[in-house]
Amino acid sequence: MAEPLFKVSGLKVALPDMTRKPLIGSAPLVEILKGLDFELPRRSVTGIVGESGSGKSTLGRALVRLIEPSAGSIHFEGRDIAHLPEGELRPLRRNLQMIFQDPMSSLNPRRTIGAIIAAPLKLNGLGDNLEQRVAEALSRVGLPESFASRYRHELSGGQRQRVGIARALALSPDFVLADEIVSGLDVSTQAQILTLLEKLADEMGLTVAFISHDLSVIRRLCRQVIVMRQGEIVEQGPTDALFADPKHAYTRDLIAAIPLPEIDDEWLKAG
Amino acid sequence: MSACLDISNLSATLPSGQRVLRSVSLTVQPGEVRALVGESGAGKSMIGKAVLGVLPPSVRIVEGAIRLEGTDLGALSAKERRRLIGAKAALIPQDPLTALNPSRRVGPQMTDRLVHILGWAADKADRRVRQLLDEVHIREPDRVMKAYPHELSGGMRQRVLIAAAFASEPRLIVADEPTTALDVTVQKQILRLIAQLQQEHGTAILFVTHDLGVVAKVSQKVTVLYAGKVVEEADTPALFANPQHAYTRALMAATPKYTDPQASLKPVDESVLAGLAAEIAVADHDWRPHG
Repeated sequence: MAEPLFKVSGLKVALPDMTRKPLIGSAPLVEILKGLDFELPRRSVTGIVGESGSGKSTLGRALVRLIEPSAGSIHFEGRDIAHLPEGELRPLRRNLQMIFQDPMSSLNPRRTIGAIIAAPLKLNGLGDNLEQRVAEALSRVGLPESFASRYRHELSGGQRQRVGIARALALSPDFVLADEIVSGLDVSTQAQILTLLEKLADEMGLTVAFISHDLSVIRRLCRQVIVMRQGEIVEQGPTDALFADPKHAYTRDLIAAIPLPEIDDEWLKAG
Repeated sequence: MSACLDISNLSATLPSGQRVLRSVSLTVQPGEVRALVGESGAGKSMIGKAVLGVLPPSVRIVEGAIRLEGTDLGALSAKERRRLIGAKAALIPQDPLTALNPSRRVGPQMTDRLVHILGWAADKADRRVRQLLDEVHIREPDRVMKAYPHELSGGMRQRVLIAAAFASEPRLIVADEPTTALDVTVQKQILRLIAQLQQEHGTAILFVTHDLGVVAKVSQKVTVLYAGKVVEEADTPALFANPQHAYTRALMAATPKYTDPQASLKPVDESVLAGLAAEIAVADHDWRPHG
């Protein structure tokens, strides 16, 4: 229990800057993440918050090893996966799942919902009782079994995001990366999806990295929080303590910029 | 004095006959900011488009009137209508990247409207745009006007479009989710800028948004829409102090509040949705086009 699921130190990611690529030769590298140290405790939702360009999505993608870091280590279950070749990552992938921002572009329009959820099951040798497993995955996210034969365009935005969650959780992973999964949704649908994620994380003992630009959502959902700016962590800690007494000026700026749904004539003038 | 914008009993339909706007009435007084709030599909952008005369061809206005400073848009020829809307109204769009032509420099895109629609001389339009760029705190107008849209940051692009909207001294601006694509800190700067210019120029704004937080901060009046129907209309402080309609209360309960992290997030309740469906069924049953 004491051992965190992820222990990351000195994490750096550099990617080629294609806007500055010369006609011949390789593009210069630009450092996206500039040496991050943090841990993700087990069975807990950790929020990663920052503005666009802060590197929060790059950080998420490095955690599930969709990109290879240029330096540093990522210890997952005690093993450094920072530079593992794809062949050795393959068996770990079922434990490193991801829910995407936009279910419209992350669900294949030409396959049924059932086939989409069944794909990771088949790949991981759980092809027996497929129909039953798909039905279980659907009912877990509150969708009827009959949805297995539908296509993504027949679903509402909230239902699509439920399918994304069902696919990610079908393999009962240890870790789920949720990257801005409610930012395209109406508040009512957002409330449904957040409540669902909270319930499932609790029931299934998931470790979740929840990336968002919305501090209100982070404060509501996450136990720990990491605040990022321009590829660096400016502040991290337990959500309650961090927001009760934000140490860094940038965190305070972010908080002051939230338009709270209450009347305050001074808000626009201040800051 | 007549209202700056007066929409009365406006209904619009799709070719299937389905109503997308259901007898909508609202007014925006001179110099006033009215927020139009609702979830996706509520028809809030549709109302903005109707006011600016840019509804998609499939949507037909079948009933009601839109009056801009007392002139009924429906009574004008297409050409007169375009000229009137061009002179009196302007748009601040949601996504500055799609609203700007990527292959043209920013400057000419800002002066186009003044020169080609309002018939200003080129040098007068140029001076006017520079003045407005100064008002939106852009310190290097030469560089910005020569830049292509991709060379500017998101906040900068939105400033350019705000300057362009105010440049012709419109009486009414339709702001269609102008800060939805922006980071919170930039959003606050842009909201402040719109509020400042709105007060200095005495412009009326129809502010379309899905965010109750933005409603609370920028508007004096608010109209809540659901499925193309006005469900509540109030002074903004009154709406937040004492929301009358169950749907308004449900929307508020579904919005996460930074200052109240323990509050449980409640999706809009089935019974509220059933109530709304019943209200709409009654409204549709009683409705006869041109009746």
